[in-house]
Amino acid sequence: MGAHAQEHTSHTKLIWKVFIILSLITIVEVAFGIWKPDFLHLTTMLGTSPLNIIFLVLTLVKAYYITWFFMHMVDEKKNMRRAVVWTGVFLICYLATLLLIEGSYIHDVLGPLTKWNY
Amino acid sequence: MEATIATTKANGNSWSGGNNKPLGSSYGKMMMWFFILSDALTFSGFLAAYGLMRFKFIDSWPIADEVFTHFPFLHGLHAPMYYVALMTFILIFSSVTMVLAVDAGHQMKKGKVTFYMFLTIIGGLIFLGSQGWEWKNFIQGSYGAVQLNDGKIIQFVDASGHQVTLESFAASSHSERVQHTKDKGIWFSKEAALPPVSLTQVMEGFKAHPEITIRTEQIDAATKSKIIVPRENAMAYLSEAKAVVKGANLKVNEYGRTLFADFFFFITGFHGFHVLSGVIINIIIFFNVIIGTYERRGHYEMVEKVGLYWHFVDLVWVFVFTFFYLV
Repeated sequence: MGAHAQEHTSHTKLIWKVFIILSLITIVEVAFGIWKPDFLHLTTMLGTSPLNIIFLVLTLVKAYYITWFFMHMVDEKKNMRRAVVWTGVFLICYLATLLLIEGSYIHDVLGPLTKWNY
Repeated sequence: MEATIATTKANGNSWSGGNNKPLGSSYGKMMMWFFILSDALTFSGFLAAYGLMRFKFIDSWPIADEVFTHFPFLHGLHAPMYYVALMTFILIFSSVTMVLAVDAGHQMKKGKVTFYMFLTIIGGLIFLGSQGWEWKNFIQGSYGAVQLNDGKIIQFVDASGHQVTLESFAASSHSERVQHTKDKGIWFSKEAALPPVSLTQVMEGFKAHPEITIRTEQIDAATKSKIIVPRENAMAYLSEAKAVVKGANLKVNEYGRTLFADFFFFITGFHGFHVLSGVIINIIIFFNVIIGTYERRGHYEMVEKVGLYWHFVDLVWVFVFTFFYLV
């Protein structure tokens, strides 16, 4: 994937390939979402179920394909790519980590106080 | 001093950033990238806030599979995921036609660019319509529920643990309570739409149907399903009943936590608004392609820039799909 050397050649083949990959990932996600096997859904791994981890990883793979090949991030200069991707990834991870930790702390404190029997 | 001042003399086309291309990217494309970065941070702020609230109420959050179960022409059938999967495919496909338009633009093929831009716009419109339908189902609700004095939601289930509609067991009423409206002479007060059955009807119907019991919002961590209350304890809950709830809005939600409805409306609404503005920008660029603006300019970079925005909208949907429907 040279930068602009092959600007005039068509990438149609690559586009359809990426489309097929994205569709397959979506189909797998939906299949797992409907099937929800107990050994993935009801067990715990890294603070959530393995099924949720699978969904998260597949989502990130999809995001990679969209950004790299549909948005042509692959053709940008390395520094341009880093300026956008690293900034976003760092800030989002930071925000999500703090908020999720805080959320489960609030649950630990608040949960026992919630009345469920009348 | 002189070196730091940008003069229009230096290059005539300052609005397009001139001929300087820092990081090898044109002014317009780079600014689109940084706009997308900031917009991505906005969306992650919303989704992270959703995550915070979800973790806060991890033991009582609505289960998405029980909320979004509709599919066109399949009335009453329990079809979770299928519809939103269809929406995802529509958006991915319109992303493909967009990137094909960009590709055709690189080769200066005006006809192909026009055709693919057209398909992209159609895809965007279909997606918007689908989202409208999804909202309609969510707002109208499916089974109906009862809200307690402290705001908790009580749903009704049959012996097999499946939810039943309020209408299926509520007692028929003789006194028809009519909604207060201006044209009926009640000019001094406003009233929200009345639920299909009254609280008294639900209570009487519940007493008359021994096979029905209730479930709370609470989730059993071991089975990840809502806890069903045995019938003998149910009346203790129902004596606290305040109102009948049908559907969801920003104040109350028959599926459980109102926050779920608030975040759903806000995040999918904000995303839908992005799709709408994307469609409008696409239409503008589409007509510019037709009248030959970019042909005269010598390049189709504008199609690339709107393409970046359009793909970003698709990218956000991938995450909304995961966090609202899958996990």
